[in-house]
Amino acid sequence: MKNTTVIAANRFGLGARPGDFDIVDRNPQSWLLDQLQGPSRTPKDIRKLPHSSTVLIEIRDLRRAERELKRAASDDPSADQVRNYGKTARAHYSRQISARYRTAAATNHPFHERLVHFWSNHFAISADKQPLPTIAGLFENEAIRPNVAGNFGDMLIAVEQHPAMILFLDNQRSAGPDSALARRANRRNKKRDLGLNENLAREILELHTLGVDGGYTQQDVTTFAKVITGWSVGGASDTGRFAEGDPGRFEFREIIHEPGAQTLLGKRYAQKGVDQGEAVLRDLALHPATARFLATKLARHFVADEPPAQLVDKLARAYLETGGDLTAVYTALVQADEPWREIHTKYKTPHDFVISAFRAFDHVPDKTRFVISALDTMAQTPFRPGSPEGWPDTAEQWGGADGLYKRIEWCNTVARAIGSRARPEELGDAVLGSAMSATTRKSIARAESSVQGLTLLLASPEFQRR
Amino acid sequence: MTTRRDVLRAAGLGTVAATLPALAFAKAATDTRFVLVILRGAADGLAIASPYGDDDYRKIRGELAIPAPGKEGGSLKLDGMFGLHPSLAGVHEEFNKDQALIVHAVASPYRERSHFDGQDVLENGASDVGLLRDGWLNRALAPLGGSLGHEIAIAMAVNTPLVLRGENSVTSWAPSRLRDVEESTIRRLQDLYAEDEFFATRLAQAVNSQEIAGSEAGMPDMRYRNRNAEQVRTMMQATGRFLMAEDGPRIAVLEAGGWDTHANQGTTNGTLANRLAGLDAGLVALRESLGSMWSDTVVAVVTEFGRTVHVNGTRGTDHGTATAAILLGGAVNGGRVLSDWPGLGKSDLYEGRDLMPTTDTRSVFKGILADHLEVPRSVIESSVFPNSADAPQMRNLIRG
Repeated sequence: MKNTTVIAANRFGLGARPGDFDIVDRNPQSWLLDQLQGPSRTPKDIRKLPHSSTVLIEIRDLRRAERELKRAASDDPSADQVRNYGKTARAHYSRQISARYRTAAATNHPFHERLVHFWSNHFAISADKQPLPTIAGLFENEAIRPNVAGNFGDMLIAVEQHPAMILFLDNQRSAGPDSALARRANRRNKKRDLGLNENLAREILELHTLGVDGGYTQQDVTTFAKVITGWSVGGASDTGRFAEGDPGRFEFREIIHEPGAQTLLGKRYAQKGVDQGEAVLRDLALHPATARFLATKLARHFVADEPPAQLVDKLARAYLETGGDLTAVYTALVQADEPWREIHTKYKTPHDFVISAFRAFDHVPDKTRFVISALDTMAQTPFRPGSPEGWPDTAEQWGGADGLYKRIEWCNTVARAIGSRARPEELGDAVLGSAMSATTRKSIARAESSVQGLTLLLASPEFQRR
Repeated sequence: MTTRRDVLRAAGLGTVAATLPALAFAKAATDTRFVLVILRGAADGLAIASPYGDDDYRKIRGELAIPAPGKEGGSLKLDGMFGLHPSLAGVHEEFNKDQALIVHAVASPYRERSHFDGQDVLENGASDVGLLRDGWLNRALAPLGGSLGHEIAIAMAVNTPLVLRGENSVTSWAPSRLRDVEESTIRRLQDLYAEDEFFATRLAQAVNSQEIAGSEAGMPDMRYRNRNAEQVRTMMQATGRFLMAEDGPRIAVLEAGGWDTHANQGTTNGTLANRLAGLDAGLVALRESLGSMWSDTVVAVVTEFGRTVHVNGTRGTDHGTATAAILLGGAVNGGRVLSDWPGLGKSDLYEGRDLMPTTDTRSVFKGILADHLEVPRSVIESSVFPNSADAPQMRNLIRG
């Protein structure tokens, strides 16, 4: 078996299942690139989920009922419904996590799936803030998944117009100082709820496109914030101006949009309405700083914590030459020689680790609680990176002593709870192949029980790297 | 009695040690304790210690101004100028015992408004983002002793924060709900990892921490309504256990999130008040768990930057610049607010929107490192905070 097979399955994919190497070994590069061909396929578990607008409407109605009950007498019999809010929110989160990790464990397109996770982390939202836990997984499926093999500019617009991103970064009520509503409020000397919020604009520039060294200024942030005033969510309040629009879907609100042309990064944007922001996003997507920023992140994710400079150049070039065609970038990545030089160069994140363990055991998790608590314990709770920067991607940041110990504890737990019918050494050959060291083989072979053997396999240095 | 740790040492650590260069089980050079608490998300210094004596404060902060001491829901009086947030009653008690100190209008050298970069600069100790890849507190460990298995510093987190990352070995710990791993499995893993330094080192550290913490430490009681506060409290208690353990670490870093109050920040009650109450309860729990060691302890509570002086359109505040830092502990020369107060008039503000920084956060850290942990001045200036002549060490932060 070729080393490239192990790299394709374990570093580019989500970890080998027993039997996968036989398929990958025929042509590892084609095995990866073929996964990006054809129309985008929505996996079965994900197709069953509701649309985010449906969930947002349900949540809005529950909250409304909660508020009304608070006003009414406390012995109201339907007070149960209020408690249902938390329960409903948790149920949505749980269903979406279940679909995500079941898909990852079962997919025959693990490179495609890894890319979905990569971009969803690039455009991270954090479900610490209501109502995001109810739509975090849906955001990934609606804004990221359909665009993962397409054009970055399309993904960027889909992301920035998704209610999850708008709500996460507080853009729904951000109002231009000269917008119609702000001017009216000023006349009445009542501007309490109106103001510019720079959050979304700043993170688009810093984290989604140019990168922090991308050459923009605080003035660009403020101007861009004005450009995207009015990018809001329909039905964002019960009454008044913000109640308008298709509930739970992107809504452009002219009344809070800053009118007039704006100059950003030295270019004048004279478009009206939502077109102005879309034009800026299109230009940001094609900016050389964006190409370099994305190329660096991809190279770090797929090759090494310190990405090889030449590879970054290749990827950035492929990106710019094709106007942001992501499949062209992935092709350049897979066809480059840098990724294939060394085996297992990356320390797995807990997310990678858990998915690869399920795949090694050929197990599709049926208890969501088990998945969430595993990732929670290892400090990578799904969709809760805590900041729009997303999860880190280096051993330096994941490699704490306690992080390792939690993994060992979990290896022991999962070896007991799920296990495998295969003998531990055979399983090692089937999922690590040529990456397995003689020391690990010997250690597993001498284990005093199958549970211990499986624990040692999962906890081995080779299995913890990809 | 033979403890599990002894067994593991005999069986495993020897193997680990043999593979590592220059391993010396030196005793820590310091017997004082230092706890760094990082409030992530930019905590509002103008709410933590409100300048009720500044006539512009109420005007400019409007509905988010904390009432003056003595008024309903008012702040707790610190001096004629500043009041402590009413949720920080425990800190105020220490202040009245001269064991808490507020430094106001502090900021790291960072002057933009990104959380991530702001935290990067606060923790790397450089004058700008990304200039140093390791943390200032890690660099300060070099002269303090400690070694593999006897780390002098601990991160109370699964993932070590930047401030403690670097060349010097540190350990980390966070609570776990998973079942214990059998000793024989741990022993076999120690053998399995022997050829891989990355894994060997970390396992040795983790084994030690397990022994100190025990299996139940730090598990929050989920019956409490304010889970965030309960988590802070239990982590502070566990921190106390580590710092009190014979041979345990002497320096700990904790993180607490949730300070990014862009909307509905509140005043006496509300989002920020709840977070502060949780922090206060945690600090009290830490003091209690440190017992008599409290008199040799300094706790520093810092955040990456402050928040805008004006209230935004969503009854919150946006990313700003200068903020307040809290020092407390028996070793602190407290009962004072240290501030070269810049004022809140329109022309006083940084870029017309933020509290103007007048003290560099590194000056505060330098004062603690030099006078409390007794890190040599030459080390502080050359490697801990290189090129920081513009941030002179603060004097008299620590009791003489």
